[in-house]
Amino acid sequence: MASPPLRPRRRFRQPSVIPGFGLTLGYTLTCLSLIVLLPLAALVVRASGLGLSGIWEVATDPRVASALRVSFGISALAALTASLFGFLVAWVLTRYDFPGRRLVDAVVDLPFALPTAVAGIALASLYAPNGLVGEQLAKLGIQAAYTPVGIYIAMVFIGLPFAVRTVQPLIVEIDKEIEEASATLGAGRFHTLTRVVLPPLIPAVLTGFALAFARGVGEYGSIIFIAGNLPYVSEIAPLLIVIKLSEFDYGGACAIATIMLGISFVTLLAINLIQAWSRRRFGYV
Amino acid sequence: MSEIATDLPRQQPASVVTEGGLVRGLLIAVAIVFLALFLVLPLATVFVQAFAKGWDAYLAAFHEADAHAAIRLTLITAAIAVPFNLVFGVVASWAIAKFEFRGKNLLITLIDLPFSVSPVVSGLIYVLVFGSQGLIGPWLIEHDIQIIFAVPGIVLATIFVTFPFVARQLIPLMQEQGTAEEEAALTLGASGWHAFRTVTLPNIRWGLLYSVLLCNARAMGEFGAVSVVSGHIRGLTNTLPLHVEILYNEYNFVASFAVASLLAGLALVTLGLKSLLEWRYAGDIAASGRRH
Amino acid sequence: MSSETHQTRSRRSLALSACLATALLLAGPVFLTGPVSPAGPARADSELLNVSYDPTRELYKDINAAFSADWKAKTGETVTVRASHGGSGSQARTVIDGIPADVVTLGIPSDIDAISRLSKKIPADWRTKLPNAGLPYTSTVVFLVRKGNPKGVKDWGDLVKPDVKVITPNPKTSAGGRWNFLAAWGYAYEKDGKDVDKANAFVGELYKNVPVLDTGARGSTVTFAQRGLGDVLPTWENEAYLVFEEFGRDKFDVVVPPTSIYAEPPVALVDANVDKKGTRKQAEAYLQFLYSDAAQAIFAKHHYRPLNRAAAKPEHLAELPELKLFKIEDLQGNWDDIQKKNFDNGGLFDQLSKAGR
Repeated sequence: MASPPLRPRRRFRQPSVIPGFGLTLGYTLTCLSLIVLLPLAALVVRASGLGLSGIWEVATDPRVASALRVSFGISALAALTASLFGFLVAWVLTRYDFPGRRLVDAVVDLPFALPTAVAGIALASLYAPNGLVGEQLAKLGIQAAYTPVGIYIAMVFIGLPFAVRTVQPLIVEIDKEIEEASATLGAGRFHTLTRVVLPPLIPAVLTGFALAFARGVGEYGSIIFIAGNLPYVSEIAPLLIVIKLSEFDYGGACAIATIMLGISFVTLLAINLIQAWSRRRFGYV
Repeated sequence: MSEIATDLPRQQPASVVTEGGLVRGLLIAVAIVFLALFLVLPLATVFVQAFAKGWDAYLAAFHEADAHAAIRLTLITAAIAVPFNLVFGVVASWAIAKFEFRGKNLLITLIDLPFSVSPVVSGLIYVLVFGSQGLIGPWLIEHDIQIIFAVPGIVLATIFVTFPFVARQLIPLMQEQGTAEEEAALTLGASGWHAFRTVTLPNIRWGLLYSVLLCNARAMGEFGAVSVVSGHIRGLTNTLPLHVEILYNEYNFVASFAVASLLAGLALVTLGLKSLLEWRYAGDIAASGRRH
Repeated sequence: MSSETHQTRSRRSLALSACLATALLLAGPVFLTGPVSPAGPARADSELLNVSYDPTRELYKDINAAFSADWKAKTGETVTVRASHGGSGSQARTVIDGIPADVVTLGIPSDIDAISRLSKKIPADWRTKLPNAGLPYTSTVVFLVRKGNPKGVKDWGDLVKPDVKVITPNPKTSAGGRWNFLAAWGYAYEKDGKDVDKANAFVGELYKNVPVLDTGARGSTVTFAQRGLGDVLPTWENEAYLVFEEFGRDKFDVVVPPTSIYAEPPVALVDANVDKKGTRKQAEAYLQFLYSDAAQAIFAKHHYRPLNRAAAKPEHLAELPELKLFKIEDLQGNWDDIQKKNFDNGGLFDQLSKAGR
C-alpha cells in the first residue's frame, strides 16, 4: 500500500495527489442512492408503517418465525457444507495437478452463471422420486425433492462458488517456504496444515461461508421448484413474502423483507470487517 | 463473490509440501464426484431434456414469436444493465481503492447489499417506489410513464441485482495495486484521465473483462426480481428465464429446456471465455494481480 | 496543490457528478418508456391486455385470435389482444400495482373484489355490468388419479384416508387451490349435517395428506403428472382434461365425484385503465364477445362449462358430465366473508396448518 493506514480521525479523507475523488465518490454515492438505497428505504418506510411492535408481531408469528427458521437454519447448514467442500475443491484445484483440472475449475462458476429458474427445474427433475438421483436416494429411504433436503441441495448448489472463490486465491498466495520450514522443523504434514497453513485462511473461509449463507437465505427461484412449500416444514421466507403479496398484505411482506434485509446487512458488514481486519493482520484479504 | 480467482495457480513440483499420493487421489476424487453430482448433473439434465425429442423439436422452440420477443428483451436489458454497471464499477472502485476515507467499509457493504438481498425483495422494492400505490406512482400515472410491468422496470431490477458484480471484483484488485504507479504518472505530468487509461486500466483489464462476463450472464439469467416487476405480458415483458417458466407451466417441457439450454449455453460460453482468458493471458494476469 | 483548493474542487465536482448521474438515470427510463411500453401512445391499431389466471393460457390463445378476426370483420380495425397469466392473486396484485390491463379474467371473484377495494380501478358493482354476474363460463373441481385408480378414490371422503396422498396448490396463492379447499369444505358441511366444526376438521384432515403445496395449479399438475408424486389431484375440470391431451390418456383417469363446487371464474372491465388508454370500446366489445356463440363454443372445446350450452358442440358437452354442484355463497355467505374466514391471515387455512404441524 502506498499510503499507510494512519487514520487521522479529524479529517474525512487523507490527502492524496490522485485526482477525481469528488467526481468518482459523487457518482458512486448518487448511483448507490438512486438504485439501491432509495428503493430499500421505501421498503423500510412501508414496513415501519406497522411500527416496531407491528414488525415484532410479524416476526414472532409462528408461521413467519418457522419460515425464517427454515431459511436461516437450512442456509447455515448448506453454507457449512459448501464451505467444507468448497475448501476441499479450492485446495485440490490449486495444489494438485490432474487431467481436466482447468475444466473442473471452470465448472465451479456454473451456479453464478446458470439462471436460478433453470437450476431449480433441473434439480427438481433430478431429485424427484422418479428422477435420476431421486430414484437412487428413494432406495435408501431418502426423499430429497419436496422436503427440506431439497432446499438444502438447492442452497448448496448456489452457495458453492462463493466458498471456492473466496478461499482459492489465498491458497495460491500461501508461501511454500513457511510450509517447508515447518516440515524441516519436524512437524508432520497434518500438523503443518492445521497449525501453519489453515489459520491465515480462516477469515477467507468465514467470508465464503457468510456469502453463501446470505445468498442462500434470500434464494427463491431455484428453491421454489424443489421445496415442498409446506407451512412449518419447507416454507422459506421469500416464499412467504410472495404469499403475503398475493394476499395484498404489503405491510406484512415488507416487514418480513425488512427483517431479512437487516440480517443480510449485518452479515455483509461482518464480512467486510473480517476482510478489513484480515488485510491489516495478514496483509491480504 | 468478493474475490474470484483471476490468477491461476502455478504448477507445483512435488515436495515435502504436499500430501501423500493416496490422500491426494482421494481428495481429488471426492472433489470431482461432489462437483459432478451437484453442478454437472443439473447442467447435463438441461441438455438431455432439451434434446429428448430430437433436433426438430429443439429448434421449434425458437421458431416462435414469443421466443423472439423474449430473446430481444433479454438482449436489450443486458445491453443497458451491463454498461451501466461497468461504468459504475470502475468509478466506484477508483473512489474506494485509490483514496483513504472514513466510512469506507460501510460504503463497500452498501454496494454489496443487492448481492444478498432476496431477488423477491429486489423486485418488491421497485414496486413500492414505482407501483400505482408506490412513492412516486401517482406522479408517474399523471405523466403517463410506465416503469414497472414494462421494460424500464425490468432494466432497473436487473441493474439492482448485478449492481455489485463489477465493483466487487475491481475493488480488491485496485487496492492490491496501490497508488504508486498512478502517482508516478501524475508526477511526470500526466492528467488524471490519462493516468487512468494508461496505468490503471491495463492493470485491471482482465479482472474487468471477467466481471463483465459474469455480470452479463447474471443480467440475462435473473429470474426472481424480474418476475416480480415484469407482469408476464406475452411478447412484451417476458425475458428468457420467464419464458422458460411459462413454457414449463404449459407442459411444453422440451421447449422449456431448449430455451433453458440457450441460457445454460450462455453460462458455458461465459465460463469458457473466462478459462480461455486465464489460459491465454495467465502471465499477464498473474503479473497484474501480484504487483504491489 | 493546497488541500484547501483541493477540497473546494472536490466538493464542486462531487455536486456536478451527482447531477450528471441523476440526469442519466432519469433520462434512461423516460427515454425507454416511449416506444416499448404498453402504455405508450396508441397506434392506429389498438392493443388490449387481458390479465388472466394460470390455466387459461390455451383457452385465451383461441379466444383472442377469434376476437381479433371478429373485430376486424366488423370494424376493419386490427386489435391485438395480449395476455398475461399467473396465479390469480398475484395477477390481481399486478393490476393493483399498475399493470395497464384492459380486462381481468381471474380465477375467483374475491380477487376482482380486491382490485376494486384496494385500487378503485374497477367499480364495486362490477358483477352487475355483465350477464350472469360476469361469468361467461363456469367450471368445477374433479379428481385426476393414476390409471386404473389404484387407491379407489370415488368421492371427497376418500381424500382423507391415511394412505392417500393429495396434490393441491396453496390456497393462499392459487385460485384453483381455493376452489379445492372450498369444495372439500362444502362436501363435508353438506354431508355431516351442516356442522361447521366437523367441516373444518375434515378439511384439516385432508391437508394432512398433502405432501407438496405448489404456488399455482400448474405447479401442482407438474408435480403430480411429471414428477409422479401423490395419488390424486383435485383440480379444475378443464385442467384435468388438458392433462389427458398433454400427457396422454393412458396414464391417468378422471374421477368425477358425485358432488362438487360451482366454480366461478369471473371477468371484468378495468374502467380506470380503459378510460386512460382510450380502449373502452374495444375492451367492452371483447368482454361481450365472451358471451357470443363463437366464444361459448370455444369454452366448451377447452372443457369449461359454457353459459349457453346450445352454442357448444355435442361432443364437447359430452365430456362435461352432470353432477350435483353447490354454490359456496349458499353455505358461507358473501365473498368478503368467504375470503376472510378461510384464506386471509389467521383464517381457517392458517389455523389448520398451525394445528396440523
